[in-house]
Amino acid sequence: MNGIKDYIPFIGQSGADELALLAEHLKDKKIRFFNSTAVGGGVAEILNRMMPLMRELNLEARWDVIKGGEQFFAVTKKFHNALHGRLEEITGRDFDVFMETGLRNAEEMDLSGDIMFVHDPQPIMLVDKKKSNKWIWRCHVDVSAPDERVWSFLREYILKYDASVFSAPSFSRVLPIRQFLVAPSIDPLSDKNRDLPEESVLAVLGKYGIYRDKPVITQISRFDRLKDPVGVIETYRLVKKHVDCQLVLAGGTAVDDPEGLQVLAEVRERAADDKDIHILLMPQNDIEVNALQRGSDIILQKSLKEGFGLTIAEALWKGKPVVASAVGGIPLQITHRYSGMLCHSIEGAAFAIKQLLQAPEYARKLGENGREHVRNNFLLTRHLKEYLLMFLCMEHGKDLNRLF
Amino acid sequence: MPTAEAKDEFRFYSRLSLTELTGLRAANLEQLLALVREVPDSCIFHHTHRFLRQHLHLSPEPPNDFAYWVFHSLGEDRLAEALASIDIVRLESLGAIRAKIVSTIEDYLSRSVQAKQRFASEDEAFYFLKSVSFVFPTGRTAGSLQEFAAQIRQITIDSIYFHMFEARLRLEKGNNDFSLWLSESAGEPELAQAITRLDPYTCTAEGLRSRILDIIERRRAA
Repeated sequence: MNGIKDYIPFIGQSGADELALLAEHLKDKKIRFFNSTAVGGGVAEILNRMMPLMRELNLEARWDVIKGGEQFFAVTKKFHNALHGRLEEITGRDFDVFMETGLRNAEEMDLSGDIMFVHDPQPIMLVDKKKSNKWIWRCHVDVSAPDERVWSFLREYILKYDASVFSAPSFSRVLPIRQFLVAPSIDPLSDKNRDLPEESVLAVLGKYGIYRDKPVITQISRFDRLKDPVGVIETYRLVKKHVDCQLVLAGGTAVDDPEGLQVLAEVRERAADDKDIHILLMPQNDIEVNALQRGSDIILQKSLKEGFGLTIAEALWKGKPVVASAVGGIPLQITHRYSGMLCHSIEGAAFAIKQLLQAPEYARKLGENGREHVRNNFLLTRHLKEYLLMFLCMEHGKDLNRLF
Repeated sequence: MPTAEAKDEFRFYSRLSLTELTGLRAANLEQLLALVREVPDSCIFHHTHRFLRQHLHLSPEPPNDFAYWVFHSLGEDRLAEALASIDIVRLESLGAIRAKIVSTIEDYLSRSVQAKQRFASEDEAFYFLKSVSFVFPTGRTAGSLQEFAAQIRQITIDSIYFHMFEARLRLEKGNNDFSLWLSESAGEPELAQAITRLDPYTCTAEGLRSRILDIIERRRAA
């Protein structure tokens, strides 16, 4: 497992010293994290990497996972979709199931601690056991246009918290409690992001029959309509009229997700027999994703809707020029024409790709700027630093505070 | 070459900050104007200084969020230029910066009827944010100009940022900490004046460090 010293090449000794200084001011605090799963999903992935760093900083930090049955998680999945604004049929029984499990967890779990940090809606009811300690609720979902019934239900609990956290300004709502902005992050030392030798990159490309004899444009994402894979093919075709290139569409889909398989079928049909379109249905393999990104000339993310879109930060970290839709958290990661290209349509994406393929120096500069932007703003250590600052905010209420 | 010890040593501090959401947002110029008038000073500071901290090595144009939004989301390039070129370094307080932004938008609205009709799309609204800062001592001190230059070379960008921007505007000292110490304790009023005259809004954070060092080294060589 990596320690703070392994991050010094990215953040400098001063960055490591700052983490130690903040931790020193929290050394008497018992900090507790709660979510709904120990593995799988972005929250668990980040907590798995962050907890050892917190312990190395001598913080008394603990992470607990709530218990819930199949019914409960079916309801929370519906809640998740509804918070994203999707139409879901949610019954009174669904709310009952949610509350029964929430109450049971609140009764059974050890909820002692000074700072209680609760992730997402599933464990939200733990706050019913709030005493004089501080409670923070982190929302990883875009709740800018939620199903009002679900939002009103959750809001009753949210208001019992001392503060909330959102990943992007546009994801938040007006609330009478403090709201902090903390973006998610990537780990530069993970398999998905660490440096790879050129031969490893070429081996993965070779495995999938991709040869770099013409520029490679890649989109990596699930076969999901919101990622617009068919639009990606249309974009590629517009580019191909003027610049010979190849397209890689790589991602996974759950076998029990009929829509994912349907989308994959549509994508294959649209690609027809074009030998320069590589459609890769991949199992979860971080090193291969890493290699595909590194082996590409341009990374595309033509999503119609997006959460934060950390695939952008992953690509930028590898110094790649990125063309991406201006949706969700993507504009926070790309400043148009400075650290990438933002687009709003198939035609706009194609135009940007043509520009970058024909101006490689400009493309290289965007990639360089993007990597610096990620280094300064989207690495795991920044994420950890902001959590520590937020914990300090629980005792310091001013806009300018002195730690001396 | 001046080697005299200063009356008081300079204590280097640094800062770390977190962004807080206000829940306030604007979709057109009139809404932006109304909110700029009423948001806390820490919002004005955030939106006029965020770029400097976020883009350490390159300074994209324009340097403040208001100008950036007006240009990219409303397409009002003349107003964007006017907002971007506000000479923040000559304004002594966040109140003065706020007043200048307000008068710039008011002037523009009074001359451009069409500007009132323009709205940003739903996903391009301007969200008002504020900076919550924590200031702490770095343990570094300087008792002479020589030591001062040596420390400027080594301190973090956040430390430079604190003494140049936050001390002047958020602690309302009227000038940056470096110039205050050079004139009041180190007996270097001309050097202080030269640093005060710098425009730190048109260079990168590392560029600012280099320019401060150049000024000090020229003085030491004199």
